[in-house]
Amino acid sequence: MVAVENLVKDYGDLRAVDGVSFQVKKGDILGFLGPNGAGKSTTMKMITGFLSPTSGTASVDGFDIRKHPLEAKSRIGYLPESSPAYPEMTVVEFLSYVAETRGFRSKDEVHKRLSDVIVKCHLQTVQSQSIETLSKGYRQRVGVAQSILHDPPVLILDEPTDGLDPNQKHEVRKLIKAMAEDKAIVLSTHILEEVEAICNRIIVIDQGRVRVDETPDEFKARKPGSSIDEIFREITSSKAYA
Amino acid sequence: MNQLLPVFKKEFFGYFRSPVGYVILAVFHIVIIGLTIFAGYYESNQASLDTLWTFLPWAFLIFIPATGMRLWAEEERSGSIELLFTLPIPPMAAVLGKFLAAWAFIGIALTLTFSLALTTSYLGNPDWGIMFSGYFGSVLMSAAYLAISSVCSALTKNQVIAFVISVLICFLATLFGSQILIALLESIAPAGLIDFLGNFSFLAHYQTMTRGLIELSAVSFFITLTTAFLAINVVILEK
Repeated sequence: MVAVENLVKDYGDLRAVDGVSFQVKKGDILGFLGPNGAGKSTTMKMITGFLSPTSGTASVDGFDIRKHPLEAKSRIGYLPESSPAYPEMTVVEFLSYVAETRGFRSKDEVHKRLSDVIVKCHLQTVQSQSIETLSKGYRQRVGVAQSILHDPPVLILDEPTDGLDPNQKHEVRKLIKAMAEDKAIVLSTHILEEVEAICNRIIVIDQGRVRVDETPDEFKARKPGSSIDEIFREITSSKAYA
Repeated sequence: MNQLLPVFKKEFFGYFRSPVGYVILAVFHIVIIGLTIFAGYYESNQASLDTLWTFLPWAFLIFIPATGMRLWAEEERSGSIELLFTLPIPPMAAVLGKFLAAWAFIGIALTLTFSLALTTSYLGNPDWGIMFSGYFGSVLMSAAYLAISSVCSALTKNQVIAFVISVLICFLATLFGSQILIALLESIAPAGLIDFLGNFSFLAHYQTMTRGLIELSAVSFFITLTTAFLAINVVILEK
């Protein structure tokens, strides 16, 4: 469903992403790991069409993000890092705006979509508050709500559980897992047990390159007995890549 | 293009979600009415809005960049631009939606000055045709100012910089045809150059309309300028 081929992104002399390729199928929850600055967010921004790659392509459901941006974008639900929104809008205003841009124009449709995601993301108590008054956890959940509102076949989530407390993290993970069956999901995270808990594939990216692309079991089998944290550290700090 | 509507709605009502919109409207209104009266609206003993038209371009010079500066700079600063351009909205619809929203906001400000038109008709017997032509010219001219401001806003994530640069550009565009610049250049520049620069003057084109003459050249001047700047705006964002 998502096919990424040889994505490269240069910022001046700096090569932020260096030939990243992978595929995500329906039913996959792909955990995107890597140290800060490894190129995770940049890769996600290229898949979602916010940045144009220096070279390489990404396509969603067969639609190339550069050649058919609108078709591709309408199939993606995207949660950008730190989940930006419009601070003066209320939660309902903001979600209605997103629903309208997603093509839901009749009042009933918008209402149905909104009540659905508001329940799913537990936003009932804050729905008429303006977004600037919300805590980080709520803001993050508004971002998640915005991304799943149109029930997209592809979900790209940049640190979806960032800033949530343990209970909320659990809720969001449950939500993601429940949606996985008929979607292709890519999520980036720094929390390695999260990957263990919900992902069925791991990609480790470091210095712009894919270092590891395998299942969590294979990943753990790299060094039996040690934790997933230790293996991650070994891969991204020793430069002897397997 | 049907993606234009949600952007327009979000942006237009955005002016009224915070006090900013109300403050801008109030200040503009007080300033423009104040200037008009100060310039001799009553003393002139004429049933016309000439004194309003004299000051409107100069008030627009500040008011329109203040209206337009947030259009893109704010989205870039807060990062919401990433959301905007990962939604299925073509850049052109986003640019037009935002532009039309800000233009409608300026329309409200202009509508508020109808109080002067009503006062004039109460006190005398104005020529409504000339008044209409003046308002028509003002609406057109505001579009050109706004398109310039929108481009400046797209170039930076800092609203203050966007404001200052667009005031500067609008100021130069207005000044091209004013007596001040002509007097300044007369001694050093050839007459041909002054005439040439005058062709790009906002004031010259605007003034014919405030005198009741809707010239095709003036109308097409503002429309072409607006379209050109909006196209530049789209190009900047696509990059």
